[in-house]
Amino acid sequence: MIPLEFDYSAPATLQEALELLAEEEAKPLAGGCSLIPLLKLRLAAPGRLVDLSRIPELRSIAANSGSIHAGAMATHYDLESSSLLRAACPLLAETASHIGDVQVRNMGTLGGSVAHNDPAADYPAALFALEAQVRLRSKDSERMLPLSEFLVDALITAAEPGELVTEIIVPAEQPGTGASYQKMRNPASGFALVGVAARMRKTDGIISMARVGVTGLAAIGFRAVAVEQLLEGTAGSAADIKKAAAVIADGVEANSDIHASANYRKHVAAVYAARAITAALERSS
Amino acid sequence: MATTVTKPETLVGKAIRRKEDPRLITGTATYVDDIEMPGMHHACILRSPHAAARILALNTQPAIDRPGVVAVFTGDDTKGIGAVVCAGLLPGLRIPEHKVLATDRVYYVGHPVAVVVATDRYIARDAVDLIEVEYEPLPAVADPERALEPGAPAVHPQWPDNIAYTYHHDGGDVDQAFADAAVVVKERIISQRLIPTALECRGVVASWSQGDQTITIYTSTQVPHLVRSIVAGMLGLPEHKLRVVAPEVGGGFGSKLNVYPEEGLMAFVTRQIGKPVKWIESRRENYLATTHGRGHVDFFELAAAKDGTILGMKLKIIQDCGAYHQLLTPAIPTLSVLMAPGAYRFRNVRADIVGVFTNCVPTDAYRGAGRPEATHGIERMVDILAAALNLDPADIRFKNFVGKDEFPFQTGTGLSYDSGDYGAPLQKALDMIGYASLREEQRLARRQGRLMGIGISTYGEICAMGPSSALPSGGWESATVRIEPDGKVTIMSGVSPHGQGQETSFAQIAADELGVALDDVQVLHGDTSLVQYGIGTFGSRATAVGGTAVYYALQDLKAKAQKFGAMLLESDDVTLAGGVCTCNKTGKTVTVGQIAAAAYRALKLPPDTEPGLVATRYWEPSNFTFPFGAHIAITEIDPDTGAVEVKRYVAVDDCGKVINPLLVAGQVHGGIAQGLGQALYEQAVYDADGQLVTGELMDYAVPKAAMVPWIETDHTCTPSPVNPLGVKGIGEAGTIGCSPAVVNSVVDALSHLGVRHIDMPLTPEKIWNLVHKGGEA
Repeated sequence: MIPLEFDYSAPATLQEALELLAEEEAKPLAGGCSLIPLLKLRLAAPGRLVDLSRIPELRSIAANSGSIHAGAMATHYDLESSSLLRAACPLLAETASHIGDVQVRNMGTLGGSVAHNDPAADYPAALFALEAQVRLRSKDSERMLPLSEFLVDALITAAEPGELVTEIIVPAEQPGTGASYQKMRNPASGFALVGVAARMRKTDGIISMARVGVTGLAAIGFRAVAVEQLLEGTAGSAADIKKAAAVIADGVEANSDIHASANYRKHVAAVYAARAITAALERSS
Repeated sequence: MATTVTKPETLVGKAIRRKEDPRLITGTATYVDDIEMPGMHHACILRSPHAAARILALNTQPAIDRPGVVAVFTGDDTKGIGAVVCAGLLPGLRIPEHKVLATDRVYYVGHPVAVVVATDRYIARDAVDLIEVEYEPLPAVADPERALEPGAPAVHPQWPDNIAYTYHHDGGDVDQAFADAAVVVKERIISQRLIPTALECRGVVASWSQGDQTITIYTSTQVPHLVRSIVAGMLGLPEHKLRVVAPEVGGGFGSKLNVYPEEGLMAFVTRQIGKPVKWIESRRENYLATTHGRGHVDFFELAAAKDGTILGMKLKIIQDCGAYHQLLTPAIPTLSVLMAPGAYRFRNVRADIVGVFTNCVPTDAYRGAGRPEATHGIERMVDILAAALNLDPADIRFKNFVGKDEFPFQTGTGLSYDSGDYGAPLQKALDMIGYASLREEQRLARRQGRLMGIGISTYGEICAMGPSSALPSGGWESATVRIEPDGKVTIMSGVSPHGQGQETSFAQIAADELGVALDDVQVLHGDTSLVQYGIGTFGSRATAVGGTAVYYALQDLKAKAQKFGAMLLESDDVTLAGGVCTCNKTGKTVTVGQIAAAAYRALKLPPDTEPGLVATRYWEPSNFTFPFGAHIAITEIDPDTGAVEVKRYVAVDDCGKVINPLLVAGQVHGGIAQGLGQALYEQAVYDADGQLVTGELMDYAVPKAAMVPWIETDHTCTPSPVNPLGVKGIGEAGTIGCSPAVVNSVVDALSHLGVRHIDMPLTPEKIWNLVHKGGEA
């Protein structure tokens, strides 16, 4: 469990980091929760690791005109414990609190997780429900992508060589919005066997906004638009929820492995969708 | 004049915190990987990526050419090293020659093929990737039942049937029992392959001393003396030239009750290079190449009278041996046969074992070693029988227990249970959990659509291994106790504690016997140059056998100290107690410290008495001990997902007398955590090609703290007559008692859906499928 030899840099500024990442063999090191095991198994062998942990600006969590900008190097614990997030985007804080264990939450980062794009990571459920944007920077360019365009396939993203995820942008919730993240944990890894995030708002007793994000079910996370459409315009009764949740896996090519079959994952996705939607509705006003 | 007699405080029986813990929790303990030596080199092992393959060509030159690489050794270079030893010799056992490195073929993924020795650990690892091996992959078989099918790939070409051995036991009159039976219940019950997952993986530092022509091996082991004897044999070294040290050992659970290829290999390497060498196993290697546990497919048949009286048992065991026999591989299921009747009175038992080679890492002892398989089987079968006869699972157990006045009880498997009162812990557990009202609660839950289960397990197990006649290595234990010139006490024990806490419990025994403070006793172990020969720590034996040796050495020492006391007090009527020797006539006293000073100064000696205060005893037990207990689990199943939640867990264990309740609780808790791991989460999965799919902790689910329920423990106390301490052993009881309690509970929760048996692990998907199917039925 020893990686191949690599060079190591720990720049103090983002610009310096981006210049180092412009090198062909360079790879950014965030919390290392996924990358270090891959290095130790020699499934990844970058020539240089650019450690981002000494760049304070990448760790900030700030509100800016109706949006929350969460730095890529904000740890899961930073998100979980951020009073700003807990007030303005509790779904992201709640999701962070479900990741791994205390040690993982102290090391792992939002940007690292999003950029790694593990099919079972927790964040995609919440970030799809939040219609998150991903900011990418390279030495001499900057762009924003919706999460749905950033995540391409399992472990593959739209980031070009030299591009770094610098922040994730989510909306500050409007008053009255309720949200919840519910997951079935993989007992070995703690990752999501299936996880569902829901954001709900009611107007005059009728669901006026429904957003449902899913992780663990397919190669990448996704927004369950069909579920949302079935919910919006209803009163959100138990029957409404059940009916909507039931379509969450329709047409999805579900993951299958030693931990759960595709069929079981699809079934559990519907169960957890109903639970997340129910909890979100309870928290909405 | 009135005198106040203060009874000296006794430490045995008190919940005393472990003397070991400060160094463990402050990071000041020394594990193998903490050892650094001048000039030390590092070894890394190339392992087979194939479950079965011919080695057509092996080119080590590119590795040798890597700067920093000192040597590369292959199977050809190490042919002179004797084979890895199997001590569990059964009649007719087929023993494939198990060399430390593969020669012409590899037999499992992880099979050692070559070793690289380099100036640092990183170079060694990199150079392993430079070795060029040309393999011709061969068909492999990883499933023991599949391996028995005609036409299955032969693991060892010389034995195309893949049968490693067969074993037969017939006790009583089984045919009559089955002919007399009103009911016979049958079930196929799997005790799945598990990965022991000690927190510390294995590791070896070996150091050749040119000056005195000796080798010292530091190894993470439970059995340092056995490692010395066996490695000496493998290398053709005289035993007095080999020193083996088990430094701090971070858990073993049976996986370090072994002598591995790497221990012999590192001893060879240090001699070849003339420098110390360190090999530290990675977690990946640990999963691939350290022994696994269990791996049984068992077929149980139970015959009973209409009233639930069990008349007899038929048992067939298929043991997945893996590709080789490690130290005790074939012996483990014989323990399952011995304990197959559990706590029950029936004596008609027929058992057959077939050991099967597979292209997997060998199985061997894992916490419980054969007894969890037996207990899981009989406890499941008793529940199945109770269901068939519509009897309460508690009642059927009370009906069939060996009676408390029937001890010593001769079993149908050739054992003599030492002492017991099997109804007592069950009654206590039933009272603790409120059994009387639980069934009503369950009916209510079912009406609400909830799935609640109550599971009982009443285990009987075999500990304190054991009489030498029953063990391949000798089953006695040794102790030396020395009162130093200043009156402080040193104990050298032949057992090799690695988390069990005997540095504390042995000190408690000595402190009480000699009347000294706990901190005045130091317990040393695990170093063959320091400690007289011993057997080691396994089979819940360390306190019952090793502690008894300590106890007898203390008696010898007290007798000698008393002689010095009598001399100093110029009296022939003295009593040694509470750290002082008192003249019963005058009331004059001398302390143990004064006695020690006199014994070493030796200006004057009692008649026929040598100077010094030291005693050594080797104690041979006359029998095993047989702890028992009752575990009850209440579970609730999420009908939507099949997830199992343990709502309450009650464990009432009887391990005889308790020396330190804190240590006992620790053993019970840890044992239950591992039993729960087997019941709910763990399974070593090999695919059809023999690749280990659960090769990482990311995929192999050991229970984490948050996954273990609150455990309510209590005890009954039935002292063992086998040893003067009255102790039995508790290291494995939790694991043995737990899995059937949990599975019985879940089956109970689903019984109204027609579910009769579920094999472990009880994954949510498995349970949901049953609920789902049951709902449709």
